[in-house]
Amino acid sequence: MSAAPIPVRSAGGFGATFTRLAYYLPAVAVAAGTLVLWEVVVGALSIKAFIFPQPSAIFAALQEHWASPQFPLFASAQATLFEAAGGLVLGTGAGVAVAFVTSRWATTRGLLLPIAVAANAVPIIAFAPLFNNWFGVLAPLSKMMMAAVLVFFPVMANVTRGLTQVDPAALELMRSYAAGEGTILRKVRIPNALPYFFTALKLATTLSLIGAIVGEYFGGASVVLGRVIVQSASALRFDVTWAAILLAATTGIAFYLLTAALERVVIPWHASLRATED
Amino acid sequence: MPDATVVQLSGVDKIFGRGDVPVTTALDSINLAIGRGEFVSLIGPSGCGKSTLLRIIGDLTDPTGGSAVINGKPAAQARRDRDYGIVFQAPVLMDWRTVEDNVKLPLEVMGWDAARRSARAAEMLELMELGEFLNHHPYQLSGGMQQRVAIARALAFEPALLLMDEPFGALDEMTRERMNSEVLRIWEQTGITVVFVTHSIPEAVFLSSRVVVMSARPGRITKIIDIDLPRPRSELTRESPRYFELVTEVREELRRGGALVDDAGTGSAARTMAEGAVG
Repeated sequence: MSAAPIPVRSAGGFGATFTRLAYYLPAVAVAAGTLVLWEVVVGALSIKAFIFPQPSAIFAALQEHWASPQFPLFASAQATLFEAAGGLVLGTGAGVAVAFVTSRWATTRGLLLPIAVAANAVPIIAFAPLFNNWFGVLAPLSKMMMAAVLVFFPVMANVTRGLTQVDPAALELMRSYAAGEGTILRKVRIPNALPYFFTALKLATTLSLIGAIVGEYFGGASVVLGRVIVQSASALRFDVTWAAILLAATTGIAFYLLTAALERVVIPWHASLRATED
Repeated sequence: MPDATVVQLSGVDKIFGRGDVPVTTALDSINLAIGRGEFVSLIGPSGCGKSTLLRIIGDLTDPTGGSAVINGKPAAQARRDRDYGIVFQAPVLMDWRTVEDNVKLPLEVMGWDAARRSARAAEMLELMELGEFLNHHPYQLSGGMQQRVAIARALAFEPALLLMDEPFGALDEMTRERMNSEVLRIWEQTGITVVFVTHSIPEAVFLSSRVVVMSARPGRITKIIDIDLPRPRSELTRESPRYFELVTEVREELRRGGALVDDAGTGSAARTMAEGAVG
């Protein structure tokens, strides 16, 4: 802790924008370099396109099948995003709800947490065929549930931790004000849990996409990324497979960035706090 | 007498145990009366139970025996009536709140309306000379400034009693002396009763009207020393012969009580032995 107050960092302005760009520049350069290298090496070694297509071929496939009847990439990505987002909402909602219950009553914590830990150790992906059976193989709900189950555990575990791992002195302070449990929940526990919640949410965005796509592998509606990946691969159209993977990755990154942006808006103090601890 | 007494401790015992097995006698039949407007320091080696005693006054822990009466009420009732404000060794500020909102926290809990909350927070921060830092967050402040926010917060709802548990223990010597002067200024302005737990002999002598010297295992009051230094006290007080006499008197009393006192006023040997048993 320094002796003088640290000036509040300005959020905008040309200087800040430039600094941020400069920060990302090396990563962008490495990514671009990798693509160029990939293109050149694959071309030079004459590796067959169905084993490892060049980036140019992948982008061509992306363009060709953006809205083709055989592999409608854009519509598929939309459908998969819908499933993942649905699963994210369901899983996060359930995770937060259970976290509130377990953190409020120690008995339920003793009851539920061991079960949750045991259930989390089960490879949940193995349930995909069952979920298709339970919630309808063609219904997006079966994929949403797959995603929701994957999302549930990290959200529940993190939010429970955030609600319970509160500075004991803060609880004593609230006790000295004769504050009730409800007030302590609102003024101490929930704000304390927010950073934990966002950490879990960032993890959950990725998990929800994994859940949705894996669910799709086990059958269902055909205009989804999982089916396009399976079908294009079995048709040896690997350039399309790669294009679908590229779309899935882009969706995942966009999802993550959205959550990170939301975190900055909701708990700006936390990002700044982290920055000073670096 | 009953009207002028803010804190009345009668035969207070505290025994820490594991289940039914008593392990440490932290406090052994403590009797102490603190009058309105007094500044009383509790000093002693770690493990003498001085922090525990403060927490009993604040009803943050229950005594094993005896009674704590605050403003003529049982300590539990006094806590529910919000009769005291407390400052811990750590500032315990909420990271997500600005300086102003941290000071408003007790006022929100106590149901003050928004206009009164803002007015009072501004007034308290002005008093603590933090007026420019209203909208800063705790991480933007130094340790000493954070502790000043904690004091502003403790005083915001105008409690009759201020409990301070080694509030400057984590600060460097220079900052600590500045904070001491600041606390005295507040005490003189508000007429509040202060119970102050400390490890530091110079700090206890400089601040107090009375210094309660305690010994460890079991925690007992060995002597209560009246500090007759003239007020208002200033930096010159720290250089007066009477100040040195009183510092020596407290130090000798601590040594008689079994505390090995080094220059910083910390019973380091007692500390390592008792650490963990008693807070």
